[in-house]
Amino acid sequence: MFDLDYHALLPEGILAITVLVTLVVDLVTRKKQLVAVTAIIGMFAALVPVVTLAFCDSLAFCTSTGAERVLFGGSYVVDGYSLILKGLFISAAFVVLLLSVGYLASDRYYQGEYYFLLVASALGAVVMASSRDFITMIVALELVTGPAFLLVGWRKGDEKSNEASIKFFIIGVLALALTLFGVSLLYGLTGSQQFDGIAAAAASLEDVPLFILGVIFVIIGFGFKVSAVPFHLWTPDTYEGAPTPVAAWLSVGSKAAGFVALLSVAYLALPSVASIWGPLLWVLAVLSMFFGNLVAIKQTNILRLLGYSSIAQAGFMLAPFGASAASGADELATQFAATVTYLVIYAVMTLGAFAVVIVIGSRLGSYELKDWRGLNMYAPGLSLGLAAFFMSLAGIPPLAGWFAKFAMFSATIGVGNWWGYSIAIIAALNAVIAFVYYAKVVKTAYFVPVPDGVDVSMLENVPVGGPIGFAIGLTAFGVILLGVYPGFAANLGEFTTQIFASAGL
Amino acid sequence: MNWFENGWGLSLIVFLPVIGAAVVLAMPKAKEAAIKWVALIFALVTLALSVVLAVQFDYSAADTYQFGTPIDTPWISAINAHFHIAVDGISLPMVVLAALITVLVIIYSWNHWPEPHNPKLLLAFVLILATGMTGTFVALDLVLFFVFFEVVLLPMYFMIGIWGDTSIRTVPVFGWKMEMRLYASLKFFVFTLFGSAFMLLGFIALYFKSEEFLGYRSFSIVELSDLGAAGVFVGTFGMLVFLGLFLGFAVKVPMWPLHTWLPDAHTAAPTIGSVILAAILLKLGTYGFIRIAIPILPDEALRWAPFIGVLAVIGIIYGSFACLAQTDMKRLIAYSSVGHMGFVMLGIATMTDVGINAAIIGMVAHGLITGLLFFIAGSMSHRYHTRDMRRIGGTMVKMPKMGVLLGFAAMASLGLPALAGFWGEFMALLASFDPNPLIGETSLFRGLMVVGAIGTVLTAGYMLYMLRNVDFGSPSAEFADTPLEDVDTAEWLAWTPLVLLTLAVGIFPGIIFNATNDAVISLVAKAFGG
Repeated sequence: MFDLDYHALLPEGILAITVLVTLVVDLVTRKKQLVAVTAIIGMFAALVPVVTLAFCDSLAFCTSTGAERVLFGGSYVVDGYSLILKGLFISAAFVVLLLSVGYLASDRYYQGEYYFLLVASALGAVVMASSRDFITMIVALELVTGPAFLLVGWRKGDEKSNEASIKFFIIGVLALALTLFGVSLLYGLTGSQQFDGIAAAAASLEDVPLFILGVIFVIIGFGFKVSAVPFHLWTPDTYEGAPTPVAAWLSVGSKAAGFVALLSVAYLALPSVASIWGPLLWVLAVLSMFFGNLVAIKQTNILRLLGYSSIAQAGFMLAPFGASAASGADELATQFAATVTYLVIYAVMTLGAFAVVIVIGSRLGSYELKDWRGLNMYAPGLSLGLAAFFMSLAGIPPLAGWFAKFAMFSATIGVGNWWGYSIAIIAALNAVIAFVYYAKVVKTAYFVPVPDGVDVSMLENVPVGGPIGFAIGLTAFGVILLGVYPGFAANLGEFTTQIFASAGL
Repeated sequence: MNWFENGWGLSLIVFLPVIGAAVVLAMPKAKEAAIKWVALIFALVTLALSVVLAVQFDYSAADTYQFGTPIDTPWISAINAHFHIAVDGISLPMVVLAALITVLVIIYSWNHWPEPHNPKLLLAFVLILATGMTGTFVALDLVLFFVFFEVVLLPMYFMIGIWGDTSIRTVPVFGWKMEMRLYASLKFFVFTLFGSAFMLLGFIALYFKSEEFLGYRSFSIVELSDLGAAGVFVGTFGMLVFLGLFLGFAVKVPMWPLHTWLPDAHTAAPTIGSVILAAILLKLGTYGFIRIAIPILPDEALRWAPFIGVLAVIGIIYGSFACLAQTDMKRLIAYSSVGHMGFVMLGIATMTDVGINAAIIGMVAHGLITGLLFFIAGSMSHRYHTRDMRRIGGTMVKMPKMGVLLGFAAMASLGLPALAGFWGEFMALLASFDPNPLIGETSLFRGLMVVGAIGTVLTAGYMLYMLRNVDFGSPSAEFADTPLEDVDTAEWLAWTPLVLLTLAVGIFPGIIFNATNDAVISLVAKAFGG
């Protein structure tokens, strides 16, 4: 019926097959590690076509189709933007799988289903990156979130995990309902589901109250997904209650998926009405930064601290959106690139931070900071990793986080009006506030003596190996490389903006 | 030596220490002797290279950038940031000073390890600091400058936090009780980060603005200085950018009223931390004013000069009175830094070649002398187990060599002629008599000169007050019977170069001016049109 471009769909295809194969492997074997290995291999295999698609022009066997491959009548597009984010999602899921192996083996968890759900969630994120209409996008977004509802409650015996799961589920459904309501309004007024169709019709609808309402509902729905204040209430509880690798996936994969939705809708479907969503996201960004950072200072549990940090980081990532209210096409492209650059760097450092936190927390049996005091005395290597990732999150050179902040500042100042200046100044203040709690973690590990009654035998002179050790090494390398030579992340960000050229904006 | 001149030599000077830090971190913790030697060798090679740099430097062309990497050496192509480093007459003395202080600090550490004992980590931090400091002095790209400027923060934060003073202190305003080192390390970092965040905003604003004049966006200090000389960054834009840069640099200097982190950080830091902080880190701020703020925003610099001058003089007077109220020896020296850096800033605020020359020699002299003072204060508190000047006394009797060295350093610090400290203060006052006429506030600056001159008297007052308490008199009953070791070998090795250089710069200030003068004259001429 369709003459399909199978190469373009290969990453999704491989992931879909992996989802099924993990189920089968789980069925036939009692060695649950095999399921993990299947998922990891599948994830790695899915990365290969992403790379061949990205470098299609220079590969002999690949039929180049120019900058983008349009499928399903424009509903599904594979271009630089979607490829980079697919690469990001698959790599993040790959690292989360590495984090999960030891964690799941350490207690009596269902293993087979876990990997099945995680790969399914990753598949949703990958589809998300290419979605160019609302139906595909919402189905993809729910494919990301649906499995996550279950994964959050994976620690069945733990009340906190159950609570986290229910909370996440109810709020997730509420967000979906809001988004769908907004989409129905937009569809009714523009007569189109596809982003380019909406973009074409949007300019003339700028003053229609229902249209404005639709835009606001859609943005608020996504606000839940990226855990922007005041739609963040689920985040700290869910991070604390969920199995820690799942929290890592929520913090990176699921949040990035939310940002991709926001990027696509704001910049591809609604660029002409930036005057509506720009000020709205300005407010969300400012609230997220101040609230996330100020509340994080008071946290004593590292997972809750990471939860609030993730809210604050979402604020930083929203800042370029917030500056867009009166931007021209060039500035929109710069802001778009800045958020993508931030996402890439954020993913690397957050995954690294979670990896180190998982090792230390599970071996000490506590995620309370007071039990982590004096960590450097008995685990200097892990302390160094902890310090590196948290200082990177704080944005201190020469660790990667500085360039994320730099790109954000640059995109906001670059618009040359007070929408941009104001949010840049607020973000600068917040970068200072944020340092206080990231430093608190470092202080705990380095400056304070070891308390009595903490069993350090699992950490003292016990090397960190296996999948999680590999994950830490990989992300640590990334954090240093991207910090010293941030051009790589910047180029990825720039690369995505070709979408603006091809859209003729 | 072609490779040396094409930027590789300078790159080695910048990055050898951090390579050394990586090597040190990779070594097993138990092999302390080997760790010390590796760190020392890396620092010594860096010093040797920077001496070669100073010897090979073409002093007849001190106003040009030498030994640099090509201006278009790629780094982050997406934002047009380049790895452009080079030295001119202004940065050369600072580069050599940074390399020297690093070596001396490692030598001093040989048998003076602060608690908790962890030479591996401490030396790694010292070496990372060296890279950050030198890098800041040679960077000619704003992004590169920013990165190096920030690189020094983390190691210093760790130094204060891990090895700092553990006495309990009540936090003002909040009333929390916490350990001095925890309070000071956080305060140091938050203050500096606050300033540098706004400095970065200023840099980015310049980057975007440059497109109007260059046709492309640029972070190059060289290109932006050319634009600045043409007087393009003016009006509200110029004022806001200058405000951002001012915040970043003034916190670092530190200028009154942004100085409050300094007494805490200096007092809490371990000895070598205080030395590095005083000798080099404070200079990053004043260097930023000379290298970036003035050439790129000369009109704004002129407009703000009276304001900076007044703040500088308030710093001089405030620092001196604060010194007179101290009982803690290290805290007194810390406040004296506020005063001395006030003189440096006063020199800069005159916007004349004499003033800026004064500032640079003041920076070098302050580095040598205050470095020495902190070394001695550290050694004395190590022996007396207190820094309380009411309890220490009669050091001349107990440890005559230490006492003499302290006397020498104190004399140098109060600006005794023929010692290094004299030139910076004297010339800064001289320059205030005749400030840049474009400022149009000559009488104000003459007033500042008078107040500053009173400051030098106060400086003499508190230094003599310290000497009277610590050096003279008879040992207090508490220590009368305690045998105390006089200056030991490591201390001699670390301190002699500082003493000799203090004398040398005092008697032959030409060794500094020879490098700086042409560069400063050309800078002033370019910025303010002759």
